[in-house]
Amino acid sequence: MTTQASEALDHWAVPWLFVAALATVAPHFEHQPTWLSAYCVLAFGWAAWLWWQDRRLPGRLILMLIVVGGCGGIWIEFRTLFGRDSGVSLLVLLMALKLLELRSRRDAIVVVTLAYFLLLTHYFYSQSIATGLWLLAALWIVTASLIRIHGGIAASLSGTLRHASVLAIQALPFMLVLYLLFPRVGGPLWGLPQDAHSGRSGLSDSMAPGNIANLAQSGEIAFRVLFAGTTPPRDKLYWRGPVFENFDGITWRPHGGLGQRARVEHQGLPVAYETTLEAHNQRWLLALDAPSTVPAESFLSNNLTVNARQPVNYRQRFRFTSTLDYRFNVKENPSILERNLQLPAERNPRTQALAHSWKASGASPEEILGKALDLFASEFFYTLRPPLLGENGIDEFLFSTRRGFCEHYSAAFVVLMRAAGIPARVVTGYQGGERNPVDGYLIVRQSDAHAWSEVWLDKRGWVRVDPTAAVSPARIETGIANALPAGEPLPALLQVRTDWLRTLRHRWEAINNAWNQQVLGFDRERQREMLARFGIPDADWRDLALALGIASTLLLAAILAWALRNRRQYDPVTQLWHKALRLLARRQLHCAPWETPLTLAARVRIARPELAEPFDAVVEAYLLARYGTPGHDLKPLRSAIARLHRWRCC
Amino acid sequence: MALLAKLTQALFRWQSDGTGPTRLGQRRIFILPTGAGLLFVCALIVMLIGAINYTLALGHALVFLLVGIGISGMVHTFRNLHGLIVTPGRSEAVFVGEMAHFQLTLSNERPTPRLALELEAEPGVATRADIAGSDVARITLPLKTRRRGWLPLPRVRLWTRYPLGLFRAWSYLQPEMRCLVYPAPLDSPLPPASPTQQGGEQGPEGGDEDFAGFRHRQPADSLRHIAWKAAARDMARPLLVKQFAGGAQVELRLDWQLTDPTLPVETRLSLLSGWVLAAEALGNRYALNLPGIAIPSGAGEQHRRRCLEALALFAA
Repeated sequence: MTTQASEALDHWAVPWLFVAALATVAPHFEHQPTWLSAYCVLAFGWAAWLWWQDRRLPGRLILMLIVVGGCGGIWIEFRTLFGRDSGVSLLVLLMALKLLELRSRRDAIVVVTLAYFLLLTHYFYSQSIATGLWLLAALWIVTASLIRIHGGIAASLSGTLRHASVLAIQALPFMLVLYLLFPRVGGPLWGLPQDAHSGRSGLSDSMAPGNIANLAQSGEIAFRVLFAGTTPPRDKLYWRGPVFENFDGITWRPHGGLGQRARVEHQGLPVAYETTLEAHNQRWLLALDAPSTVPAESFLSNNLTVNARQPVNYRQRFRFTSTLDYRFNVKENPSILERNLQLPAERNPRTQALAHSWKASGASPEEILGKALDLFASEFFYTLRPPLLGENGIDEFLFSTRRGFCEHYSAAFVVLMRAAGIPARVVTGYQGGERNPVDGYLIVRQSDAHAWSEVWLDKRGWVRVDPTAAVSPARIETGIANALPAGEPLPALLQVRTDWLRTLRHRWEAINNAWNQQVLGFDRERQREMLARFGIPDADWRDLALALGIASTLLLAAILAWALRNRRQYDPVTQLWHKALRLLARRQLHCAPWETPLTLAARVRIARPELAEPFDAVVEAYLLARYGTPGHDLKPLRSAIARLHRWRCC
Repeated sequence: MALLAKLTQALFRWQSDGTGPTRLGQRRIFILPTGAGLLFVCALIVMLIGAINYTLALGHALVFLLVGIGISGMVHTFRNLHGLIVTPGRSEAVFVGEMAHFQLTLSNERPTPRLALELEAEPGVATRADIAGSDVARITLPLKTRRRGWLPLPRVRLWTRYPLGLFRAWSYLQPEMRCLVYPAPLDSPLPPASPTQQGGEQGPEGGDEDFAGFRHRQPADSLRHIAWKAAARDMARPLLVKQFAGGAQVELRLDWQLTDPTLPVETRLSLLSGWVLAAEALGNRYALNLPGIAIPSGAGEQHRRRCLEALALFAA
C-alpha cells in the first residue's frame, strides 16, 4: 500500500505518537503479565530505533507474525481473548505494534483513537484522584499529538501544547454539564466477562484458621460510615457479615438455603447511618447489629445478615437504621437449633470432654458461657501469627498453643458451646472503626475484620458473645493496633502513632472520601437530588435531556462567540470608513485594495452617479477626520454615513 | 431579472465581485465531520457503553471530556477559516501545456497561527498554506492549461481539518482572476527574411555571429544558446543565454498566410507562436500578420508579449 504524499506523516510527528502511546500504555505495565510488558517495550524500542535510523518499517508478513505471537501469548495467559484483563492486554499489544506501522495520517489516527480507548481501561483498576490527574495529563498529550499530526511541520511544540490546553479547557464545561445532566443508567447493560471485577479483597464466604488474620494485615478501607446522629460507642460497633453454621473440623461454612424470616424485637432508639461500601464482589452489606430498615435493593436474611440482590462489584452507598439493643429469634425453629449443635464426632475429643464435664456439673447455659470466657481470659495470647494447627485444631489451640486470632477464639468457643449443648454459631464481619475528625466519617478497614460467636439462650434468643473481648479487651475498646504487641505484621498505616502523621492521613482520607462521595458516587439518585435542589423535583430522562440541551446550547453559543470575536480593533475613524465601504458593497460597489478614498469617489461618480453626492460627503468627512486637526469631531462623518445609509436612489 | 438579482444579492450579500479582498464570514464556511470524526464518535459510543457497563464514574467523565474536546475542536476548525482574508494576486501568462500559476494572498489578522489550510482549484491538486499569527502568506495555485486564450481561475475550494482532523471546514472562493494562455509553440524553421530598408542581406542566422553578452534564460530559448560552461561553473546561478548581435537587422514577416492552409487553426497558431519565440530568441525584428490583425514589426519583450497575446486571443 502506498501513501499519498499529502497524507504521509512527517518525520517529527512520529515521536509525538510514541509519547502518546507510552503515556497510555505504561501504567498498564503495573498489572499486566511481565512478558507482555517486555514484548511491548521491545516493539517500542524497535519502532523508535527504526525511526531514529530512518529505516523502512517492517513488512506485512512480519507484523502479522508478531501480532499472532502476541495474541497467542495472551490466550495462553488468560485462556480467552475477550475477558477484561485479556481485552486490555490485547489493546496494549495492538498499540505497541501499531507503532511499527506508522506511515500515514490514517495510522496516526488509529494510534490516537486507541490511546483514548486505553485511557478508559485504566479506570478498571483505579479511579483515584492520582489516576484521574495522570490520565488528564495523558489526555492532554494525546490530544496535542493529534493536533501535531494535522498541523504538520509548521506546528511548533509550544503552540501545539498550548492549543491542546485551550481545547481541553474549553471542553471542561461541556464535561461538567454532561457529567451532571447526562441521564445515568444504573448497572451493567449486559453480562460482563468472568474477570470483570476480579482482584477485590474482603471477607470470604468460609472461615478457616488464618483467613481473617491474613485479611487483618491489610490497611485497605472496607467501608465508610456516616452516622446521622452521634457515633455509638466503639464496643457496640459490630458490623455483621456472613454467618457460619456448618463445621467440618477445620473450615466453617454458611448453611445454604432460605429459612424463615428473622424476627427481631427492637429495644432502644434506632441509629440511622449511610454506608459507602467498597466493592468486595459479595452480597453481604455489613450492617450494624441489628438492622431495622434496610435499603430497597437488599433483604434481611434469617441470620440477620443484610444481603444485596446483586454482588457489590463497585463502590455503593446504602442507608440503614439499626437498633443496638435487640432480641433476635426468641422462638427459634428447632431444626435450626439442632443444626447449630452439630459437631464432627471424632474430632477434638479433649474439647468435647471439657464441655461435657461442664454440662455434667449441672451448670446453667449462662454459667457454662462464663466458664468458657474465664478460660480464655486466663492464659491465652492474642496474636496475628498463631502457630499452625493440625487435625484436631481446636484441641491443640485450647490445650497447647493457646495463641490465636479472633477466628480461633470464636471457633473454639462455638465448639465448646455446641459440645455443652448450647446452640452456637460463628459470625464474621468487622468490629469497630476509626472516626476521621476531618469529615466525620467512620472508616472501617480490612484490619477491623473480626469473628465472634452467637449463642442461643432460652427466652433471650440469639445473643452475641465475643470471646476475643475476654482475651484482649483492648481489641474491642480501642482497636487492633493497640491490642497487638509490637512486632506483629500490621499494616504500616495503622502503626502510625505520631500525631501530625495521623492528621495528615486523616486529611488525605477525607479528600479521597469526598472524591468518592461527590465525584465518583454521583449516580442517578444524586442526580435527582441535585435537580430537586434546582427546583426540578422527580426529574426523568426527558427533563434531563431538556436541561442538557439548554446547557450545551448555551455553552456552544459562548464558545462560538469566542471564536467569532476575532475582529481586529481598528480606531474609530477606520471603523466608520469600513462601515461606509460595507454600505457601498451592499450596492454592488466594491473598493479595490489599491483604491484611495478619492479615486473610489471618482469611480463612484462615473459608475453610480446617483450615489455620488452622499458618498462624496462621506469621503470629505473621512479625510477631514483622518488627516484634519487632531481630536477632530467624528460627528460629521457619522451623520454623512447615516445619510448614505438612508439614501434611496431611483 | 431585476427581482432575481435582488434576491441573489439578499441571499448572498457576502459575495463580493472577487476583485478585492474577501473576508471569510460564518455564512460562507461549511463544516462536516470527516471519516476520522465518525470513527471518533463510534469510539466514544463504545467507551460510554463500557463506562456504563462497568459503572466507571471517571469513564463517564473521560467520555464527556472527549465529547467536549470534539465540540471545541469543531469550533476551532471553523475558526481556522473564519476571518481569513483572501486577496487575489496576479498570474503570469503561460503556454498551453504548461502550468498556469495563480497567486493568492492570505492574510491572518489573528495573533495565533492558522495552520494546514488547503486550497484546491482542481480536485485532487491541493496547495497547502500555513500562516503565522498576524502574518500574510502568498500562495500559488497551479492549474493545468489545455487551451489557449483566457483561463479563468475556477471556483477554489479552501478547506482545513486542523486542529483535530475530526471535522472538515471548507469555503468556496471565487476570486476574479484569469491567466492568459498562449498557443503552444511548435518548432519549425523560420520563414525567409524579407529585405528591409536597412538592406540586410544576410539570412536569419546573421544574429549568430558576434557574442554580445548574457541574459537570463527564457522558457522558449533555444538550447543551443545556453551558456553551459557558465552553468557548470556555478550551479546556483540561473541558466544564462548567450546573446549575439547580428551584423545587420533582419526583419521577419510572420504571416498567417505562410502557414500551411491545410493544417488546423490551432496548429497554425502554434507554428506562429514558435516563430515568434524563435525570432525573438535570435534578436530579429519581426511583424505578425493575422487575418484582421496586423502588428507592425518590432522586437523585445513587450513586442513578443503583444504578438503572443494576439495569437492567444485570435478568434478564427
